[in-house]
Amino acid sequence: MAETSVAARSRTATPGEVPLWVRVVVPIAIGIVFLGLWEFLVWRLEIPKFVLPAPSLIGKALVDDLPTLLPSLWNTLQVTLAAFVVALVLGVAFAILFSQSVVFEISLFPYAVILQVTPIVSVAPLILIWVGLDHIERALLILATIVAFFPILSNTTLGLKSVDHNLRNLFDLYHASRWQRLKELQMPSAMPYLLGGMKISGGLSLIGAVVAEFVAGSGNGTGLAWRIIESGNRLNIPRMFAALVLLSVLGITIFFSLSALQTLLLRKWHESAVGREN
Amino acid sequence: MTAMDAITDGVRPATEPPGGRRRRPLVDLRDVSKAYQGGVLALSDVDLTIEHGEFVSLLGPSGCGKSTLLRLIAGLGAVSAGSIDWPQASYDASGEPHRDLGFVFQEPTLMPWATVFNNVYLPLKLAGVRRRAATDRVNEALAMVGLEAFAQSYPRQLSGGMKMRVSIARALVVRPRLLLMDEPFAALDEITRFRLNNDLLELWQSQKWTVIFVTHSVFESVYLSQRIVVMSARPGRIIADLPIDAPFPRGESFRTSTTYNEFCRLTSAELSRAMAGSEGGH
Repeated sequence: MAETSVAARSRTATPGEVPLWVRVVVPIAIGIVFLGLWEFLVWRLEIPKFVLPAPSLIGKALVDDLPTLLPSLWNTLQVTLAAFVVALVLGVAFAILFSQSVVFEISLFPYAVILQVTPIVSVAPLILIWVGLDHIERALLILATIVAFFPILSNTTLGLKSVDHNLRNLFDLYHASRWQRLKELQMPSAMPYLLGGMKISGGLSLIGAVVAEFVAGSGNGTGLAWRIIESGNRLNIPRMFAALVLLSVLGITIFFSLSALQTLLLRKWHESAVGREN
Repeated sequence: MTAMDAITDGVRPATEPPGGRRRRPLVDLRDVSKAYQGGVLALSDVDLTIEHGEFVSLLGPSGCGKSTLLRLIAGLGAVSAGSIDWPQASYDASGEPHRDLGFVFQEPTLMPWATVFNNVYLPLKLAGVRRRAATDRVNEALAMVGLEAFAQSYPRQLSGGMKMRVSIARALVVRPRLLLMDEPFAALDEITRFRLNNDLLELWQSQKWTVIFVTHSVFESVYLSQRIVVMSARPGRIIADLPIDAPFPRGESFRTSTTYNEFCRLTSAELSRAMAGSEGGH
């Protein structure tokens, strides 16, 4: 190791420099070791399954309870995706509105902040009373949307304003219309910001959907969150873990889908997604 | 102005309309002043007449308002006092002249998300020209700057000099009558700059356009221009208008000639006077 060059020691490697198979194999190996240790300790210390079930038992519950868990997964997925899409459309629409008129921005942005900083759990009962009595899924959708909305709005607003000054002048020079400026200049400039916001909102819409289901509770919900509460009430801890595993898988899938979308859209031009050889 | 007329007439006979009638100037600045918010006077009482077909350099120390002047001519920002007239241009209903110009910024100012082709196509696209109809013109502009092979590349794949060429092609694609250049080669290495200087002169001679070129380099301005307008700072004003009476085409032989040296010495002296004047007036 004495041969290591100064340059190699003085900086940290970035993930991109590590071969792909290492980046896949190492985390999986750590996961397997962790699960093995878990299995061993549960067996060795004779921990009861209603406190901490062994991974093998959770796997069995996952397979056995799949007929009840899958429809719940589907319900949660529907609320999550719908909330994400609504948040995306509304967030981008309001960001565009803000970028076109400073009057809109100064009059509406404070309310967007209020919506963001008020804990969703505390608003949930109110929304449930207003719209949730007949249509529980609408209440869930509204609550998850509120949580997912803000990162899209604030990031896109920032992006639409972060246009290169000289490019703005160039568009002035050629008498670009408002629409042309928005379409050809502001939207592409905002794209990296929007995609960053989408990555945050994707996760948040799942969190919002789950929190909303928790608050709605008591038999109305049929999503994964309700399965977790139900299993907890019955001390069916293996099934609780199985539902948790499905939620994690859903969250991971959303995150990686949005990361893939980001790379796909930015790989040709943006620093964050461009592959470099040095 | 008589010396000026001799140069324009001598060098650009092709641009004179048949009949021999003297053309009106392309752009005419009268007593132009520009004050920024906070009261900083960027330009004071600038009188400047640009004839059709001229290659004029604006030369001066930083802060002398040469870029501001160029932007005002481009219509980016309004004058605080005085007027900028376009005697040859038509005016629209709101009193806005049809300036018909291209602008090259100090940075390439390309859209990083668009290919070279789409960057050059932009001015035509904004003017409502369909892609199919614009393809030939875009390719022609790219060929002018020697980048036809890079139409589908993205700006980040190009060197600094190539990006600047794209920027020039974008300015040329609308076939402007007036090309405004704001220290376009200042950030490039000397070899690239010399080559782009030569390319620019060739293009200027083959096309029928007028160039206003902002620079802080005496050598660059003498090499390129028919006329150097020397500016002084605080407030920005014109202190000298020097004709560079040397024949075109100019090449390496001109760059190493005694005539070139003599013009450089003369221009440097004026620039020193400009710097001294601005320090005294500070």
